[in-house]
Amino acid sequence: MAMKSKMMMPVQKEYQELAKQKEPARPVLSNCIRAFLVGGVICLIGEGLMLFYQRVGGFSEKAASSPTVVTLILISVLLTSFGLYDKIAQWAGAGTAVPVTGFANSMCSAAIEHKSEGLVLGVGGNMFKLAGSVIVFGTVAAFLIGIIHVLFKLGG
Amino acid sequence: MQRGYQSWEFEHRPVLIGAATSVGPEEGQGPLSRDFDLVHEEMNLGEKTWEKAEKKLMEDAAGLAIKKAGLTKEQINFYIGGDLMNQIISSSFAVRSLAIPYLGVFGACSTSMESLAIAAMIVNSGGADYAMAGTCSHNCTVEKQFRYPTEYGSQKPPTAQYTVTGAGASVVAKQGTGPVITRATIGRVVDMGITDPFNMGAAMAPAAVDTLQAHFRDFGIEPGYYDLIVTGDLAAVGYDIARELLQKHKVPIEQTTYQDCGLLIYDREKQKHIVQAGGSGCGCSAVVTYGHLLKRLAAGEFNRMLVVATGALLSPLSYQQGESIPCIAHAVAIEQGKEG
Repeated sequence: MAMKSKMMMPVQKEYQELAKQKEPARPVLSNCIRAFLVGGVICLIGEGLMLFYQRVGGFSEKAASSPTVVTLILISVLLTSFGLYDKIAQWAGAGTAVPVTGFANSMCSAAIEHKSEGLVLGVGGNMFKLAGSVIVFGTVAAFLIGIIHVLFKLGG
Repeated sequence: MQRGYQSWEFEHRPVLIGAATSVGPEEGQGPLSRDFDLVHEEMNLGEKTWEKAEKKLMEDAAGLAIKKAGLTKEQINFYIGGDLMNQIISSSFAVRSLAIPYLGVFGACSTSMESLAIAAMIVNSGGADYAMAGTCSHNCTVEKQFRYPTEYGSQKPPTAQYTVTGAGASVVAKQGTGPVITRATIGRVVDMGITDPFNMGAAMAPAAVDTLQAHFRDFGIEPGYYDLIVTGDLAAVGYDIARELLQKHKVPIEQTTYQDCGLLIYDREKQKHIVQAGGSGCGCSAVVTYGHLLKRLAAGEFNRMLVVATGALLSPLSYQQGESIPCIAHAVAIEQGKEG
């Protein structure tokens, strides 16, 4: 990332080219493979939990998703609290960030981090520091998709 | 006194009569482990918050430096220090318990040499018999303030640096036994338009080179005058760039040994998954200089060294508002004392 090129002096531009050149390449391919594997494993665990709740818990296929998500969140929060989630994430990248466990980690880590500033201003005020934007833009996106859906449904 | 455009020559040769360091567990795993006075096993040092842990690191190092200098805290005239926290709370709170007259300074990771240069200046000009310089950083307080919560699972790119958990302090005296501080060059703010806070080395390298060039120009010397030149925390990416820039500006750096504290402090092979490109933070140059390098100087491995501490003067706010990263570097020359 660099400043907008029109604001830069030639010497800055020249330097940024050098810096870019010296920047070690990010291992994109291995990151993708790792993300695919870890993300897939998390989903596989989810599927296993779904089946477990259906067979053992007597949930219907639809109702089983709720306890499944709750269990995954619990696992994520436990791993975060024991200081393991961030270490797995350094290896897994998007693999641990994208599934519901990543969302739980973002809330849990912020809550733990800001516990020292008190329950209300610390935990309460900062818990959604990272997750907040996911909720805001998730809601906005859902709203827009909803409108498109209604328009096309009405049309067809 | 003033030399050239931006440098000081300390003709009364203030003496570094005591220095101490205190570090966290990751630094204790590194190759310089034996050179540190105190290695803590726990990141929180048994304190309730990260901020308190950082303050404790500073208190430990400062207290130990005074002890090693053979003084009591009442004998210290001034304490010059700073850190990376908002309103430099770690230093101010640490000095609260020391009750030494205090000047708080901020130079981000260049604070180690900024404070040492000021302390040497005060002593050299007859402003004090004893002045202290100190700085500290803690990996978790910095992550919390500048990046994400410590337990948040985000993947660090290979250019990222690991903030050193550590504090270093030194006592500068009018006379005594130990290495002497002979010169200092105060850096300018240099901004080459880098905006990536996960690539601090690349942002800071031009500042280090600018200060080095100023130092050689102001004193009319060449790199070969020093047996060792170290930069503060450029780490792998910045160190490489600095070398190339020096070559480009025709600074004959090959006359001497050039190293970087951010590369010295960790074993990048063994600790790679954690430290990425290397170390950074106020504590980085402080603990490497006050711990490792002064011991090597005392052992007679070399006679003259120049420490160029580098700092990135950004804040989380300035970064989010799209500002580039202004950087600075301050150089201090430490030489073998006559008695030592």
